[in-house]
Amino acid sequence: MAAYFASLNPTALWNALPGGLAQGLIWGIMALGVYMTFRILNFADMTVDGSFALGGAVCVMMILQGANPFVALLVSFLCGLIAGLATGVLNTVLGIPDILAGILVQISLYSINLNIMGKANQAIPAGQGVTPFTSNIRYLGQTIALTLIYDVVIILIVYWFFGTEIGSAIRATGINPNMSRAQGINTSKMKVITVAMANGLVALSGGIIAQYQGFADVKMGQGSIVIGLAAVIIGEVLAEALVGKRLNFFIRLTFTVVGAVIYYFVYVFVLWLKFPADDMKLLTAVVVAIFLAVPYFQGRKNTSFSALKKRNAKAKKTASKDQEVK
Amino acid sequence: MLEIRNISKTFNPGTINEKKALINLSLTLEDGDFCTVIGGNGAGKSTVMNAIAGVWPVDSGEILIDGVDVTTLPENKRAIYLGRVFQDPMTGTAGDMQIDENMAIAARRGQKRDLKWGVTAKERVEYRELLKKLDLGLEDRLTAKVGLLSGGQRQALTLLMATMKKPSVLLLDEHTAALDPKTAAKVLAATDRIVGENHLTTLMVTHNMRDAIAHGNRLIMMSDGKIVYDVRGEEKKKLKVSDLLEKFEQVGGEVSDRMALS
Repeated sequence: MAAYFASLNPTALWNALPGGLAQGLIWGIMALGVYMTFRILNFADMTVDGSFALGGAVCVMMILQGANPFVALLVSFLCGLIAGLATGVLNTVLGIPDILAGILVQISLYSINLNIMGKANQAIPAGQGVTPFTSNIRYLGQTIALTLIYDVVIILIVYWFFGTEIGSAIRATGINPNMSRAQGINTSKMKVITVAMANGLVALSGGIIAQYQGFADVKMGQGSIVIGLAAVIIGEVLAEALVGKRLNFFIRLTFTVVGAVIYYFVYVFVLWLKFPADDMKLLTAVVVAIFLAVPYFQGRKNTSFSALKKRNAKAKKTASKDQEVK
Repeated sequence: MLEIRNISKTFNPGTINEKKALINLSLTLEDGDFCTVIGGNGAGKSTVMNAIAGVWPVDSGEILIDGVDVTTLPENKRAIYLGRVFQDPMTGTAGDMQIDENMAIAARRGQKRDLKWGVTAKERVEYRELLKKLDLGLEDRLTAKVGLLSGGQRQALTLLMATMKKPSVLLLDEHTAALDPKTAAKVLAATDRIVGENHLTTLMVTHNMRDAIAHGNRLIMMSDGKIVYDVRGEEKKKLKVSDLLEKFEQVGGEVSDRMALS
């Protein structure tokens, strides 16, 4: 035990934090996409695992062809848009349930991504120069600053968009589709728009991650939906604890990115504790399950049968005590 | 004006659950007609409402609103012509959105929605005035989430939303059934006022026979997907609950407890 603690190096943790921050900010873009589908549209979108890798694959291949890294990211975004469009159409036009529609597109993207890259992974060669987003320690500050700008701009756009007429219609669609149709809203169209935009953001995030790590892998998106959900949920719990009743939409969006950053800080910390990296996805899933269960149990605290049993038992006890006193 | 020409609808055709919900039903409402609809469970009252609203396509027949054939228009495209209030207070509003946001969505019914602001400051002033007329204290809670309102408040708000952009036909599907008697009376009074002020062509389904007689200028009774009784004007004014019950038994309808007790 002592040997284990002795082997932990505080400096290493400190040095790993900026990397965690950068990754968290990049994944924050992805989490904003998940927030749009999962929280606003009430649509469980599983496409993201595929569209995240799609963004990475497209970005790396474009850069290999000599494209400007920013143009490559734009194309990643557009490709993600199309992937989301496919899921939306499968759901609304072909009547396939949301989860299944997403899984179908996700699995087809696996093949598509392999075709785009020609093999399971592609690296940006060192000779290609430094990409604007990079894990290279010398440019990490620049990466963080640039990502932060992306996050802020995207939050502002998303905030503005959901305040517009179309945005309001999308929110209404997520909350009450019957009411929305009665008010003349084309709910199918709203769903397709939102899922497309969300996947655009996810693919953009995937593209940036590919630049950051210097390569794209066909499996890089695996489990990203869980990380996105983790970010959304951690952000929500934290925002409610810190801001409480004054919680508005802007703060919610901001805390979604904060949630992603915290996720990566925890990630870095757990790795620093020498937790095997292979088990990280399991850990993430457990954390998400716990955070999803907490509001449910809070709701049941006073309404479940077992709670009633306890209350009744307590009431009996005090009643019998009163009797004794008499 | 609403014209329904020979519409039929069968649910689950060809199965053991086959149900002929509407059979060759025709009905014409003149401009400004306020028609109440009564009938037993399964008579087809709500089915008529849903057929007009376009929740699903009818099997045959035509529906015209203000002379426009809407039979083949989907629900969201028909919404231009229709104001709707539902039985369940949760159905007509978006609970997780603010009162003003809900109203702004209703104010844009039938309009193209684009990237302009979802609700403007000028609109909020108008909404406050409209809410004041409801006399439920909602004018001071413009930014409150609708989910925090009581069932009666939500129904009154839905009614307001259904009529703030004048509909060609107002469809009220048992919109007071889920409310306590006092609140129901308040919402009905608001209904009368709004329908009268705007001269709205209205179809109101109700289980309450007394309400069916007291409101509107026309009353129809449905049974087994058909209109079996149609009375208007002076004749309707003279109706008594006992007349309706008698009529009801004549056509072989089952008088539900809810109807008999009302």
